[in-house]
Amino acid sequence: MSAFQGTKMNPSKFHKSQLKFLAFLIPLAIFMALPIVYIFFHAFKPIDELFAYPPRFFVDKPTFQNFVDLFTKTNDTGVPMSRFLFNSVVVTLIVVVLTVIISTMAGYALSKKNFKMKKAIFEINTLALMFVPAAVAIPRYLLIDELGLINTFLVHILPLLAMPIGLFLVKQFIDQIPDELLEAARLDGASDFQIFVRIIVPLVKPAIATIAILSFQLVWNSIESSSLYVNDEGLKTFSFYMSTLTSTVDGNNVAGQGLAAAASLIMFIPNLVIFIILQSQVMNTMAHSGIK
Amino acid sequence: MKTKTTKRDHSHWMFLAPYIVLFTTFIIIPVGAAILLSFTYFNAIETPTFIGLSNYVGLITQDEVFMQKVLPNTLTFALIVGPGGYILSFILAWALAQVPKRMRTVLALIIYSPSMTAGVAMAVVWTIIFSGDETGYLNSLLLTIGVLLEPIQWLQSPEYLMKIMIFVTLWGSMGVGFLAMLSGVLNINTEIYEAGYIDGINNRFQEIIYITIPSMKPQMLFGAVMAVVGTFQAGAIGVALSGANPTPQYAGQLMVNHLEDYGFIRYEMGYAAAISVVLLIVVYAFSKVAWRLFGEKD
Repeated sequence: MSAFQGTKMNPSKFHKSQLKFLAFLIPLAIFMALPIVYIFFHAFKPIDELFAYPPRFFVDKPTFQNFVDLFTKTNDTGVPMSRFLFNSVVVTLIVVVLTVIISTMAGYALSKKNFKMKKAIFEINTLALMFVPAAVAIPRYLLIDELGLINTFLVHILPLLAMPIGLFLVKQFIDQIPDELLEAARLDGASDFQIFVRIIVPLVKPAIATIAILSFQLVWNSIESSSLYVNDEGLKTFSFYMSTLTSTVDGNNVAGQGLAAAASLIMFIPNLVIFIILQSQVMNTMAHSGIK
Repeated sequence: MKTKTTKRDHSHWMFLAPYIVLFTTFIIIPVGAAILLSFTYFNAIETPTFIGLSNYVGLITQDEVFMQKVLPNTLTFALIVGPGGYILSFILAWALAQVPKRMRTVLALIIYSPSMTAGVAMAVVWTIIFSGDETGYLNSLLLTIGVLLEPIQWLQSPEYLMKIMIFVTLWGSMGVGFLAMLSGVLNINTEIYEAGYIDGINNRFQEIIYITIPSMKPQMLFGAVMAVVGTFQAGAIGVALSGANPTPQYAGQLMVNHLEDYGFIRYEMGYAAAISVVLLIVVYAFSKVAWRLFGEKD
């Protein structure tokens, strides 16, 4: 580009002036990564290494024993571990897909449609951003009880579908799409639904990817529904099972430590995979999406 | 021109309906019910009896734990973790924008990774690192290099628990707000900088204050709201680390824990509802500040 030297934002190649940023970023990244790396090593440690003194960071003789134990173990009431994992996967898939669809649809209506209640709805949604789930756990419980959702599979899904932060984000994104584009499509005879699917959705992919990551983390890590609304062991989720491993097992319980280490790795991996798949979308600039 | 909507056009309700139904059911109604319940005595078995403002009066005048521990703890925690995490996210996003794409992606992934493991899985790692006997990593390290003579009960000591909570939460706070800021920095048109330099900007600091931050207001607002909300929701960490609710000598007791203590351990639902209303008000107040600072005025 030009000879302009004032800023080097978003550089296309390496230059030694970037060294000062790397000098700060790399050590920090290493530090941030340590506990994650630790989860990896820890999960593969045989029992004697888990309790070695002095404690070791790296694993000497890696073993899959912890995973084998985890998967063959059944909990006190005879529910196999794989059942919890299955529940988690199904619940997570459904929640992520539905949350993305519901928020994007609502975001489209709030951004590009004109109707009376529009402002009020967005205002209420913005207030709800501040809503802390724990703060209303009790009335939520009573409500879920009234609706007859206690001990059902749906209770893992329904309460998580309305995500104010998702609607907020997607609406902000859709606001940036020029009205002329939609007008043109309408003149060409596109229906509302076609406009939504063919124009809105492709243009707000970065926002959609962000909501997907957010809602994935929310539901995959959530233990609320299993601990509060479900008594039937067969309907509980993996994250809940994982939390019982860490809380009921004290530090000296030999078998529990290995299980907990393996379970934390299994909790972590899907987050990592989802993020790697979606990150290019999230960091995608609007310049690429043709809006600017 | 675009208000060409005919009388029969109600398609917006079709798009909005699923969201509104779920939102009303699982957010609006519970919040409303929490406000109503907060004026009652309710033990989860008998029907609630109306007692007016007693819960609030009791919370403010008689609950010593709340006034002396929980509220100061919550404010300290929020004031350090909220702005701290927020400023850190911005600095990191800004620094990351200065390196080439491939390197940036890898570094961003690593920096974001702690927030992926949030909650349950993380407690395992940190409890082992801060474990109270000599098998704990920190104790072991400090004993070996001779800083300590005997192991410290990190997570059970009122002196350290809060500091560790703040540290762990900050470490995990580079979440979606951070990603939004990163894309915000990258989105700024470089021509704006060029124009800025012509108008007399002459260093990096001015560049940030006059161009970078104003150009990414929506992302800064999003990041701020996420920071406020995240901070007040982080209550689980103290209980997860120390393994007890209440935390040792209430050292790490936050409002969320106090609420759970009364609601799910003592079953004083009316009182717990009053705490939750106070919590909502506090979060709302903090978010208002964030809107003031970064909200678009229209």
